[in-house]
Amino acid sequence: MFAACADPASLEGLTWLACYLTTGKHMAIYWSVGTVLLLLAITAPVALAFGFGGAVMARSHIPPVAWIGRGYIAVVRGVPDIAFFLFFVIALDQAFEYVRHRIKCPDWTDPVRQGNDFLVCPAAKLPLSTAPEWVHETYGFLVAVLTFSIVFGAFAANVLYGAMRAVPHAQIETAEAYGMTRRQTFRRILVPQMWVYALPGLSNLWMVLVKATPLLFLLGVEDIVYWARELGGTKTPQFTDYPHGDWRMWYFLALLVFYLGVTKVSEIGLERLMRRLSHGQATTGGELLRKEVTQ
Amino acid sequence: MTCAATIADYALRSIGIGERLLPRSDFTLCEQVTLIGSGMIWNIYFGTVALLTGFALATAVALGKASRNPLLRKPAEWFVFVFRGSPLFIQFFFAYFLFLSLKSAYPAWGAFTSAWLGAALVLFLNTAAYSAEIFYGALRSIPKGDTEAADAYGFAGWAKFRRITWPTMLRLAWPAYTNEAIFLFHATTLVFFSGFPAAQQRGDALYYASYFADKTFNPFVPYPILAGYFILATLCIIAVFGAVNRRLNRHLPAERRARRPRMMPQLAR
Repeated sequence: MFAACADPASLEGLTWLACYLTTGKHMAIYWSVGTVLLLLAITAPVALAFGFGGAVMARSHIPPVAWIGRGYIAVVRGVPDIAFFLFFVIALDQAFEYVRHRIKCPDWTDPVRQGNDFLVCPAAKLPLSTAPEWVHETYGFLVAVLTFSIVFGAFAANVLYGAMRAVPHAQIETAEAYGMTRRQTFRRILVPQMWVYALPGLSNLWMVLVKATPLLFLLGVEDIVYWARELGGTKTPQFTDYPHGDWRMWYFLALLVFYLGVTKVSEIGLERLMRRLSHGQATTGGELLRKEVTQ
Repeated sequence: MTCAATIADYALRSIGIGERLLPRSDFTLCEQVTLIGSGMIWNIYFGTVALLTGFALATAVALGKASRNPLLRKPAEWFVFVFRGSPLFIQFFFAYFLFLSLKSAYPAWGAFTSAWLGAALVLFLNTAAYSAEIFYGALRSIPKGDTEAADAYGFAGWAKFRRITWPTMLRLAWPAYTNEAIFLFHATTLVFFSGFPAAQQRGDALYYASYFADKTFNPFVPYPILAGYFILATLCIIAVFGAVNRRLNRHLPAERRARRPRMMPQLAR
């Protein structure tokens, strides 16, 4: 990186550290921070959409739809999330391959599950075995995103379901008295008002989601936990210009501090969002804001 | 091999009693149910130990956080922030490598690098922080009238805390604390995926479930079994905590009692 780093053996103190922290492999760990943030950026809206769908289904007046919605919420809540992560990564992968297998190779006669193997025709492999490395990595990442969204969608569905029930009933009755249809009431009255009730739960969920991101490591994505273990391990002079002992403890301390920082920033951001959403709402928070302005 | 023989061989496999070798191929449903159930021993051990010890520390930290003295308040606030603000998964990793380096300096720390002590310690501190936040919130919402009435009756100091403040705090915190207990049991599955080694493949329920899923490449059998065990455990927790809740609220008129704790009004982890 820097010109001074040409001969690592002669470096001392801070210069050594600066050079050490900018080696190619360290660049990989900084990029993996980007992976984590990308996961958060994609998962949060997708999980919210899943949650909205789940909540609407659970409220449905058609019993089978309501059962699916409630079942989705109940099952994911009752089981450790990490078990779901490990389950969905394999299950989704096999489901995709099985569907492709049925479409692409209709004349394949062998059973897909043979003993301890899951065999689909080569054309149905996902990604194809001829695909370049980055396709494999992107595919793994997308399966991870989908897994996170399904699990956190159930939590979000629970929060939104509660928020929809928290909107004062008088508001709905008034809308009906004005002659709005159920659909109109839902779109114009219920949804705009539910967010302020949902926000405490959703902020909590955001914190939970942030703290679940290290689990990407278990899904086979090369994330910060993977690199912290790689880079922190004992390095001998034979294999690297920067030999050191077992520093994994310090790498994980750095990760701990990183996550504490993300938590602190999120807390401040969510506090501001809550103030904004409370504005003009018929809640205690909204009432406090009104008094602040009028005084 | 019959199912009874499998149970005799593997029911206590996770604590080192019975057959040493895990089945390698042709896994039967009975083997999967038995071994995953055997792993639940560890989950119950970690959950129970952390919950019981964490409860005491949580009360102390909640009182510290509510204290006017900054020497007590600041450390309590930091403790709660550090353990609630960072992922448990990273805490496990950090603790494990910390204990490893302590072990290389002082061999007396060796026991901490094994899961039964090291991971239990992390879970203890973690649940103490989460519970302390719940108790702190409850402490602040104790009705003013209750403490004023206690003052009027001449309660003070320890007697007031023991008779008035503490029971009311527990009563108010109990539904949220039930959730924390459920989440703690779910969190115990992380232990053997985070550095702490499963010596001689004596792991917890998820360890065995993922072992079977890896070997058979079929996730649709072991994970539903695991899910069944955990739903059962969750129902047990709700039953036990519900009984405590009824006892805490027994002096209140029936309609004012806190209703059965809702399973998840707030998410803890």
